[in-house]
Amino acid sequence: MPMLKKTALKKTSLALATTLAGLTMIGQAQANEVEVLHWWTSGGEARAANVLKDLMEAEGYGWEDFAVAGGGGETAMTVLKSRAMSGNPPSAAQIKGPEIQEWGELGLLGSLDDVAEAENWDALLPEVVADIMQYDGEYVAVPANVHRVNWLWANPEVLDDAGVAMPTTLDELFAAGEAIRDAGYIPLAHGGQAWQDATIFESVVIGSQGGEFYQRALVDLDPEALGGEQMVDALEDFKRLRTLMDDGMSGRDWNIATGMVIDGEAAMQMMGDWAKGEFTARGLTAGEDYLCAPAPGTEDVFAFNIDSLAMFRVTDEAELEAQHALARLVLEPTFQEAFNLAKGSIPARPDLDMSEFDSCAQQSLSDFQRTAEEGGLVPSMAHGMAVRADIQGAIFDVVTNYFNDDDMQAEEAAERLVNAAEAASF
Amino acid sequence: MANVIRRQTLAARVSRLAVYSVLILAALFYLLPLAVMLMTSVKPLSEISAGTLLTLPQNPTLAPWTKAWGEACTGMRCDGVGGYFWNSFAIVIPAVLISTTIGALNGYALTKWRFKGSELVFALMLFGCFIPFQVVLLPMAQTLGWLGISSSRAGLVLVHVVFGIAFTTLFFRNFYVGIPNELVSAAKLDGAGFFRIFWRILLPVSTPIIVVSVIWQFTQIWNDFLFGVAFSAHNTQPVTVALNNLVNTSTGVREYNVDMAAAMIAALPTLVVYVLAGKYFVRGLTAGSVKG
Amino acid sequence: MKNTSTARAGHPAPRASTLSGWQAWLPRLVLAPSVAISLFFVYGFMLWTFILSLTSSRMLPSYDFVGFGQYARLMQNERWWVASTNLMIFGSLFVVICLVIGVLLAMLLDQKIRQEGALRTIYLYPMALSFIVTGVVWKWLLNPSLGIQAMVRSWGFESFRFDWLVDSDMVIYTLVIAAVWQASGFVMALFLAGLRGIDDSIIKAAQLDGASLPRVYWRVVMPCLRPVVFSAVMILAHIAIKSFDLVVALTGGGPGYASDLPATFMYAHAFNRAQIGLGSASAMLMLGGVLAILIPYLYSELRSRRHG
Repeated sequence: MPMLKKTALKKTSLALATTLAGLTMIGQAQANEVEVLHWWTSGGEARAANVLKDLMEAEGYGWEDFAVAGGGGETAMTVLKSRAMSGNPPSAAQIKGPEIQEWGELGLLGSLDDVAEAENWDALLPEVVADIMQYDGEYVAVPANVHRVNWLWANPEVLDDAGVAMPTTLDELFAAGEAIRDAGYIPLAHGGQAWQDATIFESVVIGSQGGEFYQRALVDLDPEALGGEQMVDALEDFKRLRTLMDDGMSGRDWNIATGMVIDGEAAMQMMGDWAKGEFTARGLTAGEDYLCAPAPGTEDVFAFNIDSLAMFRVTDEAELEAQHALARLVLEPTFQEAFNLAKGSIPARPDLDMSEFDSCAQQSLSDFQRTAEEGGLVPSMAHGMAVRADIQGAIFDVVTNYFNDDDMQAEEAAERLVNAAEAASF
Repeated sequence: MANVIRRQTLAARVSRLAVYSVLILAALFYLLPLAVMLMTSVKPLSEISAGTLLTLPQNPTLAPWTKAWGEACTGMRCDGVGGYFWNSFAIVIPAVLISTTIGALNGYALTKWRFKGSELVFALMLFGCFIPFQVVLLPMAQTLGWLGISSSRAGLVLVHVVFGIAFTTLFFRNFYVGIPNELVSAAKLDGAGFFRIFWRILLPVSTPIIVVSVIWQFTQIWNDFLFGVAFSAHNTQPVTVALNNLVNTSTGVREYNVDMAAAMIAALPTLVVYVLAGKYFVRGLTAGSVKG
Repeated sequence: MKNTSTARAGHPAPRASTLSGWQAWLPRLVLAPSVAISLFFVYGFMLWTFILSLTSSRMLPSYDFVGFGQYARLMQNERWWVASTNLMIFGSLFVVICLVIGVLLAMLLDQKIRQEGALRTIYLYPMALSFIVTGVVWKWLLNPSLGIQAMVRSWGFESFRFDWLVDSDMVIYTLVIAAVWQASGFVMALFLAGLRGIDDSIIKAAQLDGASLPRVYWRVVMPCLRPVVFSAVMILAHIAIKSFDLVVALTGGGPGYASDLPATFMYAHAFNRAQIGLGSASAMLMLGGVLAILIPYLYSELRSRRHG
């Protein structure tokens, strides 16, 4: 009897041991590799990120691509949190805006000051960009680009067919929308996801009430601005945009909406300049095959959204070296130019030669510099550059619910915005 | 109910016809999504935009399948879902075997070797069936870190075993409750030990419930997305995660045919298991696990 | 340890003398790892979540206690109420419809049907697929400009509308459709298994008494199926409470947050919005809901065990 028992036990434990041993293959980055968690997964973005990978590999470093698609990086952030909790974060991750500060507060990010000093980032980067990349006076992240959120994209053939010009004010937009609808097109392509609703909302607030009001309401969260009459007006304009959209928008990805403009199914889309990556990927030329203009009524405002890679603290010397190389290469002209050409944004360092870039990007850069001086350079709320994630989420809830609920009045939505800004802070 | 008295009256025929119509209509409802998936996965993109859901493919092509298997891009990798398919197997097979083995032993110990408090032990374990998985993500991540198996396949196997044994124990316990105790008592009198009784008496009659347990666990673990995405690294992702990445990645034009082909590939193993073993699954349920 | 407790080992109590001390402890030893796992991974984690729900944790856990503040905030949170109400609507419709369809199909299938095996497989297969897989096609079917609505319109019914997916008031019912599609076949299998377990002679006797077939089913068969109903309700209820993939794949919680469920609410707040404290509080309330369902189940399980 003891014999039998013993063999049975032995068998089980042996089987367990072999399976476990066979399976233990840790997914950590190897010595001189960096594991990069990002959600640059759509066509233009992926091509752009590939440039960085090639640069790393040319210098003899490995790049382990850890792309997690879906929901504007929401899934990727879950993965990142899980990895951080397990004490095994990737070497670098796509983190941006105030969230960099939060990760910094947790003590998880490594300093890039060595690289920053050697490469003279202080002189290289615009102040507003450099501020975001630092935690407690130290560089912890490196910017890949500067996006402008408040853009309007259009298909010129469809506009011609409907006999309208590129709208420059919201009133013009609504008027043009009717003509386009009559001509048999969808006036405004849109995807019904909360962040896309918020992106449009932001542009409408600026277009309807101006950049200063936007700053007060959605960046500084001034309750008087959030709940005031100006906000009610902006909300009403925002809701009116629904009349310009189609039925199939539920859950549609932004680049599918862009595709509708490209294919001439829809006339226009309000979206950040990453949409340009989609036009470029199809071999289209700005100004000819497609048009770009600041979202109606927002020409003096530049709502920015900066993609950046934050570097996690690593202990392995070789990995640290690779990580620093990555940080350096991200700001190198080769990558900045290639990445931004593909992604539709402008380089994070303004000293680059812009001759390769198209008219939209050139306008973007000059607007960036102009608004930086005149005031009007504002962080984008919809893209996590302005407020903390919890407040942003609460605002998203109000915005998207108001936009999709026929019964909710603008006054009520404004009131809820005030509550959202208050309730979310603890 | 084999003895339904059937007379060939008109009424009987009509009711027979009605029964068949209802059954067939229901079958169509259940088949619709699968049919759409299958048909779409073999259509060229041009046909998809031209026709509707149920337009039959005019020029069927397997190109979307090969693309989904080995070429479709997520981020900068263009290796489809094929590689992740094997990742899934590497996670599912050990997890199913281990959790079923543990469940069988637990169920046996809980029914044939009752001791004071064994009911409490069962009640305690049963709760694990009901815990919403979102709740355990963060503490699990930390625990995997402590154990040094975060982002590895071993980590995922552990997670699935941990949250699978509640189900497997439930299945086996309910099944073994129905096996007469006399056999076991007699064997005990003869001096047979714990494992010997299990091996000689319980295991030979356990096939139906093993099938249920294996099918259930296989399906659950294969289909898992949440744990798969949260506890994997770039090279250990299961196929559901790869599928999700694939369908959420689009290069301007949404390639519905490739999406559908990838979905079919991800679904194939569980489909095959259900089609081949579905009969035994129903039998196994009859045999015990539905006892209230 | 040899002589300490051999006496109370083995409930059907074969003579204690036949068991060595080692053998008596073996069952407990075999169960010990599972119990330890449950204690740590289920109860430990629950406790941990409860502790977090009392803190102001944001992006990652912190231990700055704020009492029941997070629960108070949850109660004032509009979206939480939408999610809870949705779960009530979704859960009750899902359970009831699955039961009705399951019973109906099982009874029809039990009428000596040709190709029963094939039909059964067809009804059962959706359970094999995850919503990560079928969400792709469901989203497509329900999308008004791509799916069923577009198809019926292309057949010439221009005014046909089926746009629940984009309608805040109706979207929750699209979740019910997809969920019923997935689980009702499984419920059918449970009932079919139950029906096959009923002694034919009972039915025969009832029929000899002159009862019509539907009457036999209602009066004689249904009562026999009561334990199956109970199991099915438990399984369905826990599927409903855990529903997550379904929402993510089909609606993403939208339009707006009209199709949010507690599981997605918890996930969104804990992971995307850096409100782990609030997310944990919502998780604890979900667990409370689970307990409310589980306690009667456990009670019945353990009672039937005594009889078993």
